[in-house]
Amino acid sequence: MVTIKILGSGCANCKRLEQEVREALTGSSIDYEIVKVTDYADIMTYGILSTPGLVMNEQVLAAGRIPKRQQILEWASQFDGRQ
Amino acid sequence: MRASEFVRVRDDRLAFLVVGLLGVIWIIAYNNLQPFADWATYTLLGLSRESQLGEAVNFFLYDVPKILLLLSGMIFLITLVQTFINTERVRALVEKRGAGVGNLMASIFGAITPFCSCSSVPLFIGFVQAGIPLGITFSFLITSPIMNEVAFVMLLGLFGWKVALLYLASGIIIGVVAGLILGQMKLERYVEPFVYAVKSRGGQAVTPDDRPTWVERFGQAAESTREIVGRVWLFVIIGIGIGAFIHGFVPEDALTGIMGAGAWWSVPASVLLGIPLYSNAAGIIPIVSAMLGKGAALGTVLAFMMSVVALSLPEMIILRKVLKPQLIAIFVSVVALSIIATGYLFNLVV
Repeated sequence: MVTIKILGSGCANCKRLEQEVREALTGSSIDYEIVKVTDYADIMTYGILSTPGLVMNEQVLAAGRIPKRQQILEWASQFDGRQ
Repeated sequence: MRASEFVRVRDDRLAFLVVGLLGVIWIIAYNNLQPFADWATYTLLGLSRESQLGEAVNFFLYDVPKILLLLSGMIFLITLVQTFINTERVRALVEKRGAGVGNLMASIFGAITPFCSCSSVPLFIGFVQAGIPLGITFSFLITSPIMNEVAFVMLLGLFGWKVALLYLASGIIIGVVAGLILGQMKLERYVEPFVYAVKSRGGQAVTPDDRPTWVERFGQAAESTREIVGRVWLFVIIGIGIGAFIHGFVPEDALTGIMGAGAWWSVPASVLLGIPLYSNAAGIIPIVSAMLGKGAALGTVLAFMMSVVALSLPEMIILRKVLKPQLIAIFVSVVALSIIATGYLFNLVV
C-alpha cells in the first residue's frame, strides 16, 4: 500500500495535483490511498517552501509544481515494489 | 552521448525552434497594430477620422490586441524566468545576510514570486523556520503582492517602460523600507504561535533529481501564461473599453481639479479608495491610463493602482493564516503609508 499525501491548503493547483495522481494511477494495479494535508502546521513539517507538495510513504517527491502523470506512476510503482 | 541524452537535446532544439517561430510571428503582429486598427476603424467600420466615436473605437482596436499580445509574450518570459528560481537556494542566500542587504534581497525575491496562498504562506513559515529576522521576511511579504506581473506588463504597454520601471523600483524600495521599520517594532508576538512551533522533519526535503529540460520549462511557462491571461483578458477588454470612452468623450483637463498634482488630498484618497477594490488590476490600469490624459497626476494614479493591487481582502485572508489581526492592521497601515509617500514623491518629481 502506497500512502500518497497531497500537501496544500485547497489552492487550485493542489486540487489539480490530486486529480493528476488519481488519473495517473487509474488502471494500474498499485494499491494506494490519498491523504490530503491542508493544515499549514502539518504541511510545513515536510520542509517544503511552496505547495502543492507530493509525498509518497513520507518521502517528499515534488513541491510547487505538478509532475507529469508518467512520473507519478513511476514513483508509485517504485514505492509499491518495495514492499 | 547516451540515448536519453540525445533525445533530450533533440527535443530541446525542436522546442527552441517552435518558440522562436512563435516569437517571429509575435514581432510581426506587434509591429502592425496601428495599420490594423486604422484599417478596421476607418475602412471596415467606415467611421470618420474626426469623429469622437471614431477616435474612441480606434483607440480600443489598437489597445486591446496590443495589450493582449504584450501580456502573452511578457508573462511567458517572466514565468520562464521563474522556472530557474530555486527557492531553497534563495532562502540560503538571504539567511547569510543581515538587515539591509537581506531586506533588499528578500524584496527582489518578492518581486519575482507571485503572491498566492500556494507560495507566500509556506515561504513565510520557511523563512521564520530558518531563523531569518521578521523584518527581512516582511520585505518579501510586502513587495510580493505590490509587484504583480500583470500590472507590470500593462504599465509597460500603456504608460511606457519608464513608468513600469518606476513601479518596479518603488515596489522594491517600499518593501525594503517598510521591512526595516517593521523589523524594529518587535512584532514576533503577533505572529501565529504555530509558525514558531513548526519543526521540519530534518534533512533536505526536496531533492530535485535533475534539472528540468527546456521542453518542460517552456511547457510550464506556456501553462502559466494560459492560466494568467485566461484569468484577466476580460477585465483587460472591459477596462480598455472604459478607457477608450474616457479618451474619446471626456474633455481634456476634466480631472485636473480632483486628481491633479495640485490637489494634495487626492493621493491618500485614491489609496483609501483602492484598498477595497480588488482583482481588477488588469481592468483598472487602462482606466487610470486614460485619466492621466485628462489631467490626473502620475503619482496619484500610480498610488491608486498600487493600492488596488497590493492591498485587498483576499490577501488579508491569506496573511491571517500566519499573522494575528493586530499585525495585519500594522502591515496594511505601513504599506498604505508607504504607497502614499511614493505617490507624493512622484507628483513632486515628475
